[in-house]
Amino acid sequence: MFISPWLIGFLLLTLWPIAQSFYLSFTEYSLLSESVWTGTANYAKIFAEDATFAKSLSVTFLFVLFSVPLKLLFSLLVAMALNRNMRGMNLYRTAFYFPSLIGGSIAVAALWRSMFGIDGYVNQVLAWFGIPGVGWISNPDTSLATLILLNTWQFGSTMVIFLAGLKQIPQELYESASVDGAGAVRKFFRITLPMLSPVMFFNLVLGVIGSFQTFTSAFIITKGGPVNSTYMYALFLYEKAFKHYQMGYASALAWILLAIVALLTAINFAASRYWVFYESEGGKPG
Amino acid sequence: MTTAGGSKWTRHLLLTLFSLLMLYPVIWWVGASLKKTEELSLPTLWPSTPMWENYANGWRFSGEYTFGHFFANTLLMELGNVVGGVLTAAVVAYGFGRLNFKFRGFWFSILLLTMMLPGQVTVVPQYILFNKLNLVDSYVPLVVPHFFGGGAFFIFLLVQFIRGIPRDLDEAAKIDGASVYGIFLRIVFPLIKPALVTVGIFTFIWSWDDFFAQVLYLSSVDKFTVGLALRMFIDQFDIQWGQLLAMSLLSVLPSVVLFFLAQKHFVEGIATTGLKG
Repeated sequence: MFISPWLIGFLLLTLWPIAQSFYLSFTEYSLLSESVWTGTANYAKIFAEDATFAKSLSVTFLFVLFSVPLKLLFSLLVAMALNRNMRGMNLYRTAFYFPSLIGGSIAVAALWRSMFGIDGYVNQVLAWFGIPGVGWISNPDTSLATLILLNTWQFGSTMVIFLAGLKQIPQELYESASVDGAGAVRKFFRITLPMLSPVMFFNLVLGVIGSFQTFTSAFIITKGGPVNSTYMYALFLYEKAFKHYQMGYASALAWILLAIVALLTAINFAASRYWVFYESEGGKPG
Repeated sequence: MTTAGGSKWTRHLLLTLFSLLMLYPVIWWVGASLKKTEELSLPTLWPSTPMWENYANGWRFSGEYTFGHFFANTLLMELGNVVGGVLTAAVVAYGFGRLNFKFRGFWFSILLLTMMLPGQVTVVPQYILFNKLNLVDSYVPLVVPHFFGGGAFFIFLLVQFIRGIPRDLDEAAKIDGASVYGIFLRIVFPLIKPALVTVGIFTFIWSWDDFFAQVLYLSSVDKFTVGLALRMFIDQFDIQWGQLLAMSLLSVLPSVVLFFLAQKHFVEGIATTGLKG
């Protein structure tokens, strides 16, 4: 059977690990000894005692809350600016996509660390304008913002998806709206946004899932600090599992993450009924 | 709507300014990689005298190994990833896109679901599994998943692509006595080659940047990838920023070159898959 490579991979590397992870989350296991069944002790400890859990969860929520809408807004604006038949559009598109191409790499994390350092480039430029610099990364008030900025900078693939969506909106809609005397703002809210809402939804769902798992930037740039201000959930989980070798505890954390992501995705899907417009369901918008 | 020349030039001007703003960190990066350490804290974009030594010294930073060694390691791993990813995606996508079998719809929705599954849920048991098989600190845990459909996204991409190929070709070949394997090898495979290039490039770039898996499974310096070598560089007590930025810049070159070689392909690849959800 042609799909068997995937099927084997799914069973061995996904389904079985999922089941095992669920089991492990009720045990204490350090790789060296046998796992010991502890019931719901891990979960009880996470919710009742572990202050780091609450901290990392709130940091991650804050990160998602800012970086997902920022990225969506930003990439939509750029995509609309690029959605013209003009010379040089491919060049701009490449320029805007470029940060996404290299953005997830450790190299860019190194770049960010040096640019936002206390005597880094950003502060030098601010000094020109007479603005006193801060240690962007060493200050707990601004450290998370630098990571959000890095995430937003990589808006390329979201933009490309928006761009493809914009190209599929029939031009006649705009033309007939013009005939009816609609202005640019009205056209945007009555035509562009509704027609683009399925693409927006797609980007939103994947954006939330993806940014909940941000790891490299926090791991390299800030190491979760200062005072845990960037201690992202994925980093917390990684350290529990592979620094402290608390495999059971980490599995419980992973299941909580799964529950949160699933819940948010479900909320997204439920809410989508009220704002996502599918052409096949109704008449013309506006 | 006004399509006067003026608005067109304003648009170009805005887009150019915005592109420069976006690329500014990259431009600074190139300049900074040639700077002396003392010069790095100056607000200039370009060094007074370019320090090409940053590249030579950065290349040999660890003494024992050069970056050449780390590049060779990473490329070796990538060879496995790309071959595995492309072959598996092609075969599996053919199965989903063309053949009828029981529960096809069910398995396909499972495939889509795995794309949304946070990797954290499976990573601990996977690590335990590879640890039991004594395969931690080897490339096996990094490469093997690619041979078993690890790239669900790519399979999805190819399925969409294969569904776009007219079935008449298959029918004609079937009448000529071709088996399902024959149809795959002689008809579908050649037709999906352009999409396979996209899959190959994506696989290369994503696994080049997949720092999490590398940091998890590789522990001896001898086997380090470029990304891990950079991390070692960052964790030094006295960081030579110029050298670090120089090597970081080199480390993104392979992806950038690949991207430009297949740019049109690439951006459209994301666009079409993104949409047909």
